[in-house]
Amino acid sequence: MFELLKKFKESQIFSPLLALLILLLFDFIFIDGFLSIEIRDGRLFGTLIDILNRAAPLALLAIGMTLVIATGGIDLSVGAVIAISGAIAAKLIGGQLVIENGTIQYVTQVSLPIALFASMGMAAICGMWNGFLVGKIKVQPIVATLILMVAGRGIAQLITKAQIITIYYKPFHYIGTGYLLGLPFTIFIVVLAFLLVSLFVRKTAVGLYIESIGINDIASKYVGIKPSRIKFIVYTICGLMAGIAGLIVTSNVKAADANNAGLWKELDAILSVVIGGNSLSGGKFTIAGSIIGALVVQTLTTTVYAAGIAPEVTLVVKAVVVVIITIIQSQVFRDGISKLIVKRRDLT
Amino acid sequence: MKNILSSKYLSVIITVLLFIIAFAIPSIIYPGFFSMQVFFNLFIDNAFLIVTAIGVTFVIITGGIDLSVGAMIAFTSMVIASLLEKGISPVIVIPFALLLGTLAGLMMGFLIEHFKIQPFIATLAGMFFLRGSCFLISIQSIPINDPFFKTLSHTRISFPGGAYISISVVISLIILGVAIYLAHYTRYGRVLYAIGGNEESAKLMGLPVGRAKIMVYGFSGFCSSLGGVLFTIYMLSGYGLHTSGLELDAIASAVIGGTLLSGGTGYVFGTLFGVLIQGLIQVIIMFQGTLSSWWTKIFVGILLFVFIVLQRLITAHREEQKASSKRLETSKQTAAV
Repeated sequence: MFELLKKFKESQIFSPLLALLILLLFDFIFIDGFLSIEIRDGRLFGTLIDILNRAAPLALLAIGMTLVIATGGIDLSVGAVIAISGAIAAKLIGGQLVIENGTIQYVTQVSLPIALFASMGMAAICGMWNGFLVGKIKVQPIVATLILMVAGRGIAQLITKAQIITIYYKPFHYIGTGYLLGLPFTIFIVVLAFLLVSLFVRKTAVGLYIESIGINDIASKYVGIKPSRIKFIVYTICGLMAGIAGLIVTSNVKAADANNAGLWKELDAILSVVIGGNSLSGGKFTIAGSIIGALVVQTLTTTVYAAGIAPEVTLVVKAVVVVIITIIQSQVFRDGISKLIVKRRDLT
Repeated sequence: MKNILSSKYLSVIITVLLFIIAFAIPSIIYPGFFSMQVFFNLFIDNAFLIVTAIGVTFVIITGGIDLSVGAMIAFTSMVIASLLEKGISPVIVIPFALLLGTLAGLMMGFLIEHFKIQPFIATLAGMFFLRGSCFLISIQSIPINDPFFKTLSHTRISFPGGAYISISVVISLIILGVAIYLAHYTRYGRVLYAIGGNEESAKLMGLPVGRAKIMVYGFSGFCSSLGGVLFTIYMLSGYGLHTSGLELDAIASAVIGGTLLSGGTGYVFGTLFGVLIQGLIQVIIMFQGTLSSWWTKIFVGILLFVFIVLQRLITAHREEQKASSKRLETSKQTAAV
């Protein structure tokens, strides 16, 4: 039992889990009814469920971003891809409100699956573009994805003609606001994505290849791994995840807003991955850790709202927490702590 | 031709040429485009960005990145506006704002150097902190009615022929001169390039890497807060949502100007033209009239793409040259043996 505990303590997801638990404990003590969950109309309601629901897009981004970061890369374009994906879905479904005999008719220009696949397909193509630049042309990831980050929002605005397109088509709303088995549908999307991606990287050699590239690109190449192909796959997955996140975000607000959808989400996603215990320089990765990281970021936001602090201050709190967490995770700090412990032991 | 291709100034030369072409073509197409004032306006409208991008270029040369500059400008504008509102003299307010900015930059540098936090994360935290602090001061926009700031804002330095520039332009050009001097004619500049080239080697050479790295973030903090002062003079208001996303413009300017994001290579002079080209695209779209504003982003994106691929080709060409010269040497040596 002790061995198991020690093993768990050394695992990568220990410190993000600890951070999450401390945050939740803080909320439990200082915010009334934080942990209470009630059942209404066969659906679960409560702050915890709300956190899970709202963290869904971020968790999806974090899944893709984890893989990208594990190869030693970074994807700055996911926020823009969210905007593109939402814009395409809205454009295809159409923004007209049709009222017949006093009731709203749910109309769509194309059938829903086509709209969804078109959005996700375009998002995957965005990812492929990044993967092509990083893998084949060997552009630095931060620069390569900067292109789409800058141009992507312009493309999204081009699609929507810079208008906010409201979607009245009801079935589309289910993605972001629907319930399944008493839980928000978004949670199932995240779980499914997590399982599929985990199976893909852990049950095949792909995960090993990714870590190997992240640790040493050139050495991996000499071993016979094709870094360009793996990077292409990884960025494509990241783009696809951003596309699905875009659909959730768009469905949630029932509108496609090319200017604001997914704004600064790439930074939150990278933050989630780092809080999740992954190193930005690549190598070993844990997707579960990143999802916990996403939950930490979302809990932080929700806490600030629930504690009645002005929402604008969220950023300051976020900054302080980020600094504290990264300092705790830093080698210098850990070395300092272990030195302190050793000193104490010597004294006694 | 081969000389030019292997010149280290190649990307800067291309950037300048591109700027000239981008200025010449609309000058032919649109009547009234070609004038000294259109050229000067690029400086007037982008003076704050020039100063900010210079600081970012220095950071990028060391192989780091600074994401906090946009938030720093907003924060500076907020500090200045709120202090002026309380009736404090601008003679105190401006140095105070610059000091705050420099300290914030040094703080980020300290986190990066001492705790080995990735520059991306440390400056991201800085960005969150500064943006959030803006809203701690006020969530509304604060107008500035201070006479000193108004004079600064409205003063025009006329040139023969009727064209004019603003005081901000003069300040930004002074900073540009200082930056070029710092980068190429001082020991500190050489240390920065050495860190970007290979940090480990620089350390082994006994260069003061840690101090230089902390100072470069301090310098970027100073530049972006000075950019904030210029922006405040330009806008005459403080607002927490000012210059959202400006860090990208600054980074893009550096990249278009020929600075490699992996560090070690880059010219402040190129960054100036990176800023001017982006400003020019906006002006051209305005002159054209029917193109919508989002085309600016798409064009900047395309331009970034072209430059990045170009830089990639240049470095590949250079590596090949190095490899072939090495091969030549080894074959000579074997022949001698």
